[in-house]
Amino acid sequence: MAPSPDRSGTGTELVKRGMAEQLKGGVIMDVVTPEQARIAEDAGAVAVMALERVPADIRAQGGIARMSDPDMIQGIIDAVSIPVMAKARIGHFVEAQVLQSLGVDYIDESEVLTPADEAHHIDKSAFTVPFVCGATDLGEALRRISEGAAMIRSKGEAGTGNVVEATRHMRALRAGIRRLATLDETELFVAAKELRAPVELVREVAAAGKLPVVLFTAGGLATPADAAMMMQLGAEGVFVGSGIFKSGDPAQRAAAIVQATTFFDDPDVIAKVSRGLGEPMVGINVATLPDSERYATRGW
Amino acid sequence: MSAPVVGVPVVGVLALQGDVREHLAALRAEGADARPVRRPEELATVDGIVLPGGESTTIGKLAARFGLLEPLRDAVTSGMPAYGSCAGMIVLADRLLDAPPDQVTVGGLDVTVRRNAFGRQADSFESTVRFAGLDGPPMPAVFIRAPWVEEAGEGVQVLGRVEGGPADGRIVAVRQGNVVATSFHPELTGDRRVHALFVDIVRRHERGQS
Repeated sequence: MAPSPDRSGTGTELVKRGMAEQLKGGVIMDVVTPEQARIAEDAGAVAVMALERVPADIRAQGGIARMSDPDMIQGIIDAVSIPVMAKARIGHFVEAQVLQSLGVDYIDESEVLTPADEAHHIDKSAFTVPFVCGATDLGEALRRISEGAAMIRSKGEAGTGNVVEATRHMRALRAGIRRLATLDETELFVAAKELRAPVELVREVAAAGKLPVVLFTAGGLATPADAAMMMQLGAEGVFVGSGIFKSGDPAQRAAAIVQATTFFDDPDVIAKVSRGLGEPMVGINVATLPDSERYATRGW
Repeated sequence: MSAPVVGVPVVGVLALQGDVREHLAALRAEGADARPVRRPEELATVDGIVLPGGESTTIGKLAARFGLLEPLRDAVTSGMPAYGSCAGMIVLADRLLDAPPDQVTVGGLDVTVRRNAFGRQADSFESTVRFAGLDGPPMPAVFIRAPWVEEAGEGVQVLGRVEGGPADGRIVAVRQGNVVATSFHPELTGDRRVHALFVDIVRRHERGQS
């Protein structure tokens, strides 16, 4: 039900980026069933990410991870009133077309799924639906934005319950942005070359001191304190994947992470909501992961 | 006789979740002392309150959990100026359609608001709205999974409607006393006329009380 028959005014940069602005300060939760989606909505999630297996299970079970079954995504769309996101494989523009046709509100072109193209990301500007993409540093973030991403998240290392890689990526993004602000016009040309990003975008970041799109964090968050730490490191919101529904008490942990994200700078609140949450997800030491099992190295 | 000297109006932005920073920037540009509000004691320091865009279910739950719901209701009921954009319109509405049965709101605005009325994100759009009482060209308006006012009570002034398309004539901007609400997001477009209007409402309210 578009406001005009020709759908004029839909899918603009402002509409896509503006949607992400509405999610700020919020928590986006991975869910695999309509029941989990309802639990997430009840806990105060700003959106859910519909997928077939959470990253921890993708790791455990192996095989090729793809876009989810449309029936499953539809079931989740029907179950909740908050926005529904879904993942497409890196470069798999037809999965993205299918997700757009299903009516998802945001597509995550995600390294958690098995990449479908080793050279090209999806041309995201060709879609009405907005995209979020992962990044490990500023150059990667700017390359995704130049392809049309309307939101960026750190990659972290999904499905590990270990926040160390998300920390690395958030610090790298922040350091990269700060460094640009110290450069003069001539140096920005060189920086653009080094970052392998368009110089206009590099100039824009240098002037604003921030990305032109919303920056969330993702990958390995498992506790309220993890979420608050990422917010203190400059994230504007958080994705939590396996950390909620692989824990002992998902509903309570989900609500606690929502509260810790809002009061990320108030240790008293974080302490209070962190009590009695039951078992967190078990987790994996990222240092022992072989390179072939690191999702953050997917994409470029 | 010159106008009485009054201080800079202090305007809070409910900062539980949503596009808080954009509202703070727009209010400051219009001369307000704008502050984020996350706690009842912070609400007590402001002369007016903005309910930002965001996810209305999340904002409602956090407001309830952190003891802000009743103080907000009391403030709006007792005449504190309030402005809500998008999710903020939902939070100010007395009645909701297409909402989860347990969704809580602050209320205070005698309207029935339909959530996600225009559709999903693929249906979100930019347009313009002729805003009653504001000088200048039609206002650029961005609607993001936006609500509309399905029914407005007798005391509610309609300030803007959708023009053209299947949603033609739907109400997207209203005012009732000191409470203003828009389905769209003036905080995202750089057109600050709604924020200027609201800061003026806060200023007049303070002057009337002093």
